[in-house]
Amino acid sequence: MTAAARILIVEDEAPIRRFLRVALETEGHVVSEAATARDGIALAAREAPAAIILDLGLPDADGISVLKTVREWSQVPVLILSVRSDEAGKIAALDAGAQDYVTKPFSTGELLARLRGLLRDRARDAAPAALTLGPLAIDAVEHRASLSGEDLKLTRKEFDLLWLLAGHAGRLVTQDMILKAIWGPAHAGDSQYLRVYIRQLRAKLGDDAADPRWIFTEPGVGYRLADR
Amino acid sequence: MSEPSRPEPEALLPEARREGRGRLKVFLGAAPGVGKTFAMLQAARDRAAEGVSVLAAVVETHGRAETEAMLRGFEVLPRRTVYHQGHILQEMDVDALIARLPGLALIDELAHSNLSGGRHEKRWQDVEDVLAAGIDVYTTLNVQHVETLNDTVARITGIRVRETVPDQVLELADEIELIDLPPDELIARLRAGKVYVQDQAARAVANFFAKGNLTALRELAMRTAADRVDAQLKEHMAANAIEGPWPTQERILVVLPEGAVGRDAVRIARRSADRARVEWLAVALTSLRAETQRDLAGDPGTSSLRLAERLGAEVTVLQTERDAAQDVLDFAQKHNVRRIVVPRPAPRARLARWLSPSPHEAVVAGLLRGATQFELTLVTDEESPARQRQRRRPARADLRAQLRPLGLVALAVGATTLLALGAERLIPVLSLSLLYMTVVVAVAAKLGRWPSVAAAVLSFLAYNLFFTDPRMTLHIWNRGQFVTLLLFLAVSILTGNLAARLRDRAVAQRAISDRTRKLYDFSRRAAAAASVDDVVWAAVSHVAAVLECQSILLLPDESGQLAIVGAFPPEDRMEPRELSAATYAFEHGEPTGKGSATLPASRWLFLPLLAAERRIGVLGLAYEDGREPPPGDRRLVEALADQVALALERVRLADDLAQIRVASETERLRTALLSSVSHDLRTPLVSILGAAEGLTQPGLTAEARGTLAETIRDEGDRLDRYIQNLLDMTRLGHGALKLKTHAIDLRELVGSARNRLRGPLRGHPVEVTIPVDMAPAQVDPVLIEQVLVNIFDNACKYAGPGRAIRIAASQSRGRAVLSVEDEGPGLPPGAAAHVFDMFWRAEQGDGGQAGTGLGLAICKGIVEAHGGAIRAEAVHPDGRGTRIVMELPLWNPEVSA
Repeated sequence: MTAAARILIVEDEAPIRRFLRVALETEGHVVSEAATARDGIALAAREAPAAIILDLGLPDADGISVLKTVREWSQVPVLILSVRSDEAGKIAALDAGAQDYVTKPFSTGELLARLRGLLRDRARDAAPAALTLGPLAIDAVEHRASLSGEDLKLTRKEFDLLWLLAGHAGRLVTQDMILKAIWGPAHAGDSQYLRVYIRQLRAKLGDDAADPRWIFTEPGVGYRLADR
Repeated sequence: MSEPSRPEPEALLPEARREGRGRLKVFLGAAPGVGKTFAMLQAARDRAAEGVSVLAAVVETHGRAETEAMLRGFEVLPRRTVYHQGHILQEMDVDALIARLPGLALIDELAHSNLSGGRHEKRWQDVEDVLAAGIDVYTTLNVQHVETLNDTVARITGIRVRETVPDQVLELADEIELIDLPPDELIARLRAGKVYVQDQAARAVANFFAKGNLTALRELAMRTAADRVDAQLKEHMAANAIEGPWPTQERILVVLPEGAVGRDAVRIARRSADRARVEWLAVALTSLRAETQRDLAGDPGTSSLRLAERLGAEVTVLQTERDAAQDVLDFAQKHNVRRIVVPRPAPRARLARWLSPSPHEAVVAGLLRGATQFELTLVTDEESPARQRQRRRPARADLRAQLRPLGLVALAVGATTLLALGAERLIPVLSLSLLYMTVVVAVAAKLGRWPSVAAAVLSFLAYNLFFTDPRMTLHIWNRGQFVTLLLFLAVSILTGNLAARLRDRAVAQRAISDRTRKLYDFSRRAAAAASVDDVVWAAVSHVAAVLECQSILLLPDESGQLAIVGAFPPEDRMEPRELSAATYAFEHGEPTGKGSATLPASRWLFLPLLAAERRIGVLGLAYEDGREPPPGDRRLVEALADQVALALERVRLADDLAQIRVASETERLRTALLSSVSHDLRTPLVSILGAAEGLTQPGLTAEARGTLAETIRDEGDRLDRYIQNLLDMTRLGHGALKLKTHAIDLRELVGSARNRLRGPLRGHPVEVTIPVDMAPAQVDPVLIEQVLVNIFDNACKYAGPGRAIRIAASQSRGRAVLSVEDEGPGLPPGAAAHVFDMFWRAEQGDGGQAGTGLGLAICKGIVEAHGGAIRAEAVHPDGRGTRIVMELPLWNPEVSA
């Protein structure tokens, strides 16, 4: 359970704002609401929220333009609400600096899990030496990982990949982000490498792509490591 | 799997004519009482035995017991009661007939006139409505009621019937059956009181049924029926190689010899054919030599042939070499011709005929000699003064053109003489003649017949002058030398002629094959064209390329005004003067503008595009430098214009047909969509509203509350999937589906689809058999995930609670094959082919599982957009279990590296 935080919801549909407020307040968060892009930007500046939940379709402006404006002065985590057929908008938002997205319609549980991921990530930035996710333990200094106490024999790249995913556990990590971080900026777009390494990593974690427990695929976008 | 091949438009045409329309069969008799109604009932009985629903709309039994016995067992349509001038009468109830929609309707007496108050004045008009409603019709008709035969019958019998049926109705009949009864028997039946005659005076009846009349009427009826049978018979005869003329019907052949005009001959042949009600043919004769002549002014024979084609003749171009008359006779024999019409050549003096034989005269003479078993008609051939002028002009140009080769010949002979003078000491004098011979042959091969003759004569003179004693004179002392010299002349003229002929033939063949190729090229391009735009583009670009000119194509718009639809080089404006020339060509169906008789000041030459009897549009061509199109090219252009017209007509008909299909399909889908939306959108809403209502009730246990919440979530998910499908369908329908393919492991897609379907999959064990090292598929992950969601969703619905769902994938022949199986009751027989049709489920009625009928249609659309294939089959031989199998492209590292 994360500490109470101030969350800004920018969404033009009142019913969605209403149930989000109920769900977030039950978690102990403080909620601000904006129904338009203009109000959203103003509130983001005035209240400095810990996270923003941003709808891409707003009446007065594109959600992405809100995101870009906010990114000019703030690195606040942003969770996008997108619709399924709008793949392009989703990718554009991630490129513009959004951390994660949920696809409408979403369950409250799903949204809260994503939000937890975003909020904890901020808390974790300070101490990145070792991580534990349930039975999975990763030591960045020793370059070692173990699952239920058993050592995982990982190659250097596999370890980097796992470390990156674990550092963002519960959050979406896009293919481009992984490729740039591990293979360098020149390899952005070489998703073939990534596919192969993900497959090897899954095999070593004993994970099944067809029924995943550790690494979840977001088709065409990226991967997400289970947050335990 | 490849996309299903588009049907050829030609193949659709006969279908277009038939589709939706009932078939008409006419039982035709010579006179009342021959037994038409009886025969009709008998035929109907056979159809009923085949399972066709037969409705007797109007059957006049006239109280005859045998006919009434035949009618028993048929459903009889109640008549409509009409009050007419104080009488109560009964008429056929067309509306009730069409509403009843039987497979076959029996409608007696096609020529009947309705009393007022019905749909139409005449029964045959009612029959047209019935046919249009898709109902087959059997009807009866006496030959005297056929409109164009009415006069003839009146002349034969002295009785004129008022009720007639237009000939087209008979032509529309799919089948005509002649009910024949020899006159003697008919008269016997009449005496026995078995023939019902409508309120006609007894004396008139007696007159009508005279034996002579009946025989004539019988002939007439047979002939009318034979008109239809003739075509089939002809095919049969030809197929069995039976020599003509066959005694079916005498056809008329109009012959258009080379160089003849023959317009009048064509008209006369047509008139005779019409009068005799027989088919007619036109054949134009052409020779290799004619093909080489680029100066065929306006090509009179060809234009007459086109006239004949437009007037309805079956036309042929016959290429003849030697005995054109014999070729014509063979042709006539083969085509069952009895009468030959040929234009009479203009009278000429015997000497003129001998000096310059005309192929026209030769053909006519040959026909007079050989056409012993044919009737021959000579028609005076008109030569209009304008035509004669046109014909003379090129002759003058010819002369000038022929003088230049003569100069070349003189030069060649002179050079040879110099050479021979130089070589005289080395070669025997007599052998020098061979040098000259070589020149003659060379000239013949290069320049043709007349220059070679000139070369021979010149060589003869030069040799005589320089190499025979006494030299420098044309005298010859030595008799032997004189003979040699004469032989030389004869041999050089002969060889020259032979060489020239070879050359002519080669040139002619080249011209013919060139033209054929150009026409063939175009017809191939036009055949491949699927839309009017394609044909237009093919036409203008082809004409421009072949004739090295500008081309333009105009078609009438909705208001009937000609508008430019294509041009090469592209052009979208036209001067009013040019446009009016084009309009003239369109309205009068004649070539207009540059190089024609009408509006020759126009920069363009416009040719009308005619197909069958319809004017389609106008093809125009013009040369950059403003010259006239060469007449030789005119022929090619006219042939091209015909092909363009045909291609346009073909595409238009195919378009019409496609539009009708699309319209009816759209209508069907609209209805299905409405029912789907009203049912499938509402069902989850009912559950959601009910469950939400339930949550507000006090005293709910935590467990009940959880169940209700779960219901709301699951039903909400269902609604979401449904809406997603509607959206996808719209995207597929608008072609707005852009694939963003990646290499992706099918295991991953299966995993994320299962994740999305957690609700419905709850309680179903899922077995996944996908090799871990399987190559990735090259697909759009978002779309294929949607496909999997739809298929899993279906599997859950049909598997039955707690039953397993098996997912398997493998590689086969360079493709990924993915299958999803359930252990449900399986598809109903014959359904496998339809489950991917849009709304197929919805149309099966509202039984069993809720579904939209969209899911699998979308799967098919998406999979096929990937170049893949999808099918449904039974898992077990007894039909239990459903397996959906799809093939998808595998990742190809070389392509997408």
